[in-house]
Amino acid sequence: MPVVRLVAFARLREVLGEHREIVLPDGANVGDLWEALVREEPRATALARGLRFARNDALCSAEMPLRDGDEISLLPPYGGG
Amino acid sequence: MTLAGSRDLRRYSRHLLIPEIGLAGQERLASSRALVIGAGGLGAPVLAYLAAAGVGRIGVLDDDSVDESNLQRQILFEHADIGRPKARVAAERLHALNPQITIDALQLRFDASNARELVRLYDVVIDCSDRFTTRYCASDACSLEKKIEIFAAIFRFDGQVTRFDPDGPCYRCLFPYAPEPGSVPTCAEGGVLGVLPGIVGAWQASEALKALLQIGEPLRGRLLLVDALAARTREVRFARDPDCIRCGDRATLFEPVDAPDDESTASIAGIAEVDPEELDAALRDALLLDVREPHEAVLGLIPGAVHIPASQLEARMHELDSAKRYVVACRVGVRSRWAIARLRDAGFQRVAHLQGGLLRYAALDAGFEFF
Repeated sequence: MPVVRLVAFARLREVLGEHREIVLPDGANVGDLWEALVREEPRATALARGLRFARNDALCSAEMPLRDGDEISLLPPYGGG
Repeated sequence: MTLAGSRDLRRYSRHLLIPEIGLAGQERLASSRALVIGAGGLGAPVLAYLAAAGVGRIGVLDDDSVDESNLQRQILFEHADIGRPKARVAAERLHALNPQITIDALQLRFDASNARELVRLYDVVIDCSDRFTTRYCASDACSLEKKIEIFAAIFRFDGQVTRFDPDGPCYRCLFPYAPEPGSVPTCAEGGVLGVLPGIVGAWQASEALKALLQIGEPLRGRLLLVDALAARTREVRFARDPDCIRCGDRATLFEPVDAPDDESTASIAGIAEVDPEELDAALRDALLLDVREPHEAVLGLIPGAVHIPASQLEARMHELDSAKRYVVACRVGVRSRWAIARLRDAGFQRVAHLQGGLLRYAALDAGFEFF
């Protein structure tokens, strides 16, 4: 079962906390990780639209499979200017 | 424009000493044109540094006026400027800083109707706006007009900076969908550390100068993430998206559009809007539902309002009565739209929306303090 490290930014860091490790079932992808996070913290649901993911500091899709030791960044677009 | 005079040599001597710039580079800057979209938190440092650096022509685009709440971070403005048009004030300041360059004060809104025409007049575009619609439009226009764009956006202690080149990736490759209305606050809505746009805007200015000088390693295909609270930066790589509607392999977008790839930011269909001037009348048979967060109470409370923060709305929906009428309000009218969508999902039919939020209502001198 892959253990991944989560890095959240901006509003998502406020909702989910900055860093944490998460254990996921074998074969899980980045989208599954997000689903698990939302189940744990429903307030994150509102931040789903527009959100991008990065695996080991490279932008990736929700379909990207997770590997043990991956670092997954949650990148919301920021509003201010 | 050439820099033959000794006055110019003195002004730019610290640039002339750098091998990467020198006289040739400084002359290149003098004959360059930069468009800065938005003269706010990010725009202030970008404009000041580009003007100081001797960029020959700078467009300052902003349709807004200076508000007292801007002065905490928008360091181009002074107390006496409150109420004056930002583009005009910025142009005056930049001219005073460097009388040798030309400033175009563009007191207008950047949108799909003027985007290409404006972008065409400049060599590099710096997006310092605070609207997603403007960001999509600016990126489209730069991509179509083959201009380099330096992008940044901020939230509280966090910043994102990158550069988009004409052959991609573009803003739509990075963020094809805009966030749900109300989930991503602007500075007016969520607040911002005053110095944060200074840090992030300085990065933008540096990338803009590098682009004009064609030196260094461009911040291209790399999203720089600045976290001022942790004093940490991070970089995420990204590439042109083959499915991007603007710069992808089967692009379908050939004119700038002030919208993301979907209609998520459009207003909720059929929603009843209450003009702030009509709020008092509307509240004769409706309750005001204030969905601002608890820490915002210090900025003003509305007597008689029901207060359920948007972040708690789903959990506390049972405290509301779907038979009653509600006018939903937040600070500027973004989170309230989100709240109305949730209320509608939960079966509330008689909900209306306070246009422009409590900030606009309070501006009518409604008899209470609100900031």
